[in-house]
Amino acid sequence: MAATQDTMDRIAEVSGAYKYGFVTDIDSDKAPKGLNEDIIRFISAKKAEPAWMLEWRLKAYRHWLTMTEPSWQKVDYPPIDYQDAYYYAAPKGKDDAPKSLDEVDPELLRTYEKLGIPLKEQEMLAGVAVDAVFDSVSVATTYKKKLEEMGVIFCPISEAVHRFPELVQKYLGSVVPYSDNFFATLNSAVFTDGSFVYVPKGLRCPMELSTYFRINERNTGQFERTLIVADEGSYVSYLEGCTAPQRDENQLHAAVVELVTLDDAEIKYSTVQNWYPGDETGKGGIYNFVTKRGACRGRNSKIMWTQVETGSAITWKYPSCILQGDNSSGEFYSVAITNGAQQADTGTKMIHIGKNTRSRIISKGISAGRADQTYRGLVRMMPKAEGARNFTQCDSLLIGDRCGAHTVPYIENRNPSAQVEHEATTSRISDEQLFYCLQRGISEEDAVALIVNGFCKEVLQTLPMEFAVEAQKLVGISLEGSVG
Amino acid sequence: MALLEIKDLHASLEDDTSKAILKGINLTINPGEVHAIMGPNGAGKSTLSSVIAGRPGYVATSGSILYDGADLMDMEPDERARAGVFLAFQYPVEIPGVAMATFLKTALNARRKARGEPDIEALDFLKAMKANAKRLGVAEDMLKRPVNVGFSGGEKKRVEILQMAMMEPRMCVLDETDSGLDIDALKIVADGVNALRSPERGMLIITHYQRLLNYIVPDVVHVLAGGRIVKTGDKTLAETLEAEGYAAFTDAAAA
Ligand SMILES: Nc1ncnc2c1ncn2[C@@H]1O[C@H](COP(=O)(O)OP(=O)(O)OP(=O)(O)O)[C@@H](O)[C@H]1O
Ligand SMILES: [Mg+2]
Repeated sequence: MAATQDTMDRIAEVSGAYKYGFVTDIDSDKAPKGLNEDIIRFISAKKAEPAWMLEWRLKAYRHWLTMTEPSWQKVDYPPIDYQDAYYYAAPKGKDDAPKSLDEVDPELLRTYEKLGIPLKEQEMLAGVAVDAVFDSVSVATTYKKKLEEMGVIFCPISEAVHRFPELVQKYLGSVVPYSDNFFATLNSAVFTDGSFVYVPKGLRCPMELSTYFRINERNTGQFERTLIVADEGSYVSYLEGCTAPQRDENQLHAAVVELVTLDDAEIKYSTVQNWYPGDETGKGGIYNFVTKRGACRGRNSKIMWTQVETGSAITWKYPSCILQGDNSSGEFYSVAITNGAQQADTGTKMIHIGKNTRSRIISKGISAGRADQTYRGLVRMMPKAEGARNFTQCDSLLIGDRCGAHTVPYIENRNPSAQVEHEATTSRISDEQLFYCLQRGISEEDAVALIVNGFCKEVLQTLPMEFAVEAQKLVGISLEGSVG
Repeated sequence: MALLEIKDLHASLEDDTSKAILKGINLTINPGEVHAIMGPNGAGKSTLSSVIAGRPGYVATSGSILYDGADLMDMEPDERARAGVFLAFQYPVEIPGVAMATFLKTALNARRKARGEPDIEALDFLKAMKANAKRLGVAEDMLKRPVNVGFSGGEKKRVEILQMAMMEPRMCVLDETDSGLDIDALKIVADGVNALRSPERGMLIITHYQRLLNYIVPDVVHVLAGGRIVKTGDKTLAETLEAEGYAAFTDAAAA
């Protein structure tokens, strides 16, 4: 109740602060183009946020103004004009949306079919305006109720800001501070929505939390913000994304994901990401600049990142672990596939702070077409990381001779008792392997999918079951047309 | 109609068509027949099997190969396989991370798909695979391991024949399947191959040793030397070769 009252007060406060033209039109569905403090106030007001949230956003924005876009990563894209973008847009009205699947790009539908996505979900993914209530709504509601009974909080972060302000204030920005990096700072200023998860002490969350269950609430837009907190001795597995290619008119995506594990807690975070990569030349594809970071704050805590990345024109992301608690461990399993004109600069950072901390990195990069891919991994052993260990295995597979793969390991060891191990391989799909498959009657496309899935197996098997099956199909589909 | 009809086949490496490896092969295999090809190292035996199967890097520069009346050269390697041409490799290839069982199932389903049939039932597949594994003395565990990775030489060959049994091809080409097999394994593999002999099926068995042909008794034996078939006879030809070697034929080929 108090929270609600607080919200109303804040709205009044914000509304009173209108000095600038457009903001008076709070019913507008879209903020004007460009980025300034007014736009941020507008977004905050739209969400009826408390003052502390707005202050945080503004702090981030002011800091962002002092920053310059990073250029060290090995990706190449035309300069982004941040003033030429919309930072708030309400969900598209039915009038703009396709009326039925007949109006949707057949290429997209073909992919949905191959992935075996049910018709209703296809409509949802393709943004068709449908009135029908999805089956998943009732499923989602049932699950949500169950979760709430157990004490698990799983809701949009915009809702959490109102309902659980203490938790949000305590943890938001505690892993990725508002000043962290150009894209994360931008996100802090303008984030629209995302998920909030809190798992109470000692609870093993019995079901996978999936964005699937809130697919109907999906309107998180281009600046998604996710915060997951696992309290002492708890466990949760979270699935992000979707194997189906998603189109979005926003080219720039800059999400932030923060994970926190306290003593003996564990978070498993799996992503299958398949943003629209653009046409042959990469035109129209999504730029995906994401900051994902987990803090193993407690003793014996654990964070495991698994990601399968096949989409986007440009990907820039390094899910990382800060291993603070003694005996805590971080794992990173990654499959990144780049085809056509895609570019990816990805990897991870493992920062060992506590004693006997462990990290394990398994990265599988596949490049085809004219794609370019860089693995960038940082392993840092801090002076107090007594007995810490890291193992890194970084394998690249090249298909064809016009693509590239690069491995850039950064290793910093400031504790003589810590050990860092790094192995890297680069291979190609051999003609012999292909012919062997062909001779058994397997088509070239299926053969490539089979061989690549074999190459990625170690990573794919860390995914939850159903996700793994979909990811396998996705691997094949993303490499279509890469040989022959 | 002949199952496989090779006429005046000349073949070379794609990169060097000036140097013929096969210099005019004529060979006709009828349904139900088992032919053996023997010959010295480097004679062109594997090249012949490669050209039949469509291995990249090899080209037929002249002549023809008809399979069941169709021009094989017009077909992609995977089409040939699905049409029933099976090659047991002299050097089976490793595919890391892909379980042999998955590989087999993918291959079987590729055939079914081409025929417009649904995927094989998981249970039917398992049953068939287990039965064949048992018959060929292949441990079931091995089929869970990645394709040929870490398999011993003999294990690889047994699994090649297991694959052949599962695919039920019409034309089987076995390239030195006996090499690397111990005597017991040779007998088991030969039994496996014999079990597949049938009135519709043809076989071309490449070997260096007459011993295999004691178990798989061929209808016809050819000697391939210097890219040509220099002698054709019945199973006694293999015995002669075993006793006298290839010297007489290599001279003939060089002449
Ligand atoms: N890929 C290749 N590259 C270079 N030379 C080749 C290649 N394939 C075949 N040859 C040459 O062609 C000739 C025939 O080789 P092939 O492998 O067909 O012989 P083979 O009769 O199977 O011999 P073996 O009994 O040793 O298996 C040899 O001189 C060989 O060196
Ligand atoms: Mg040979």
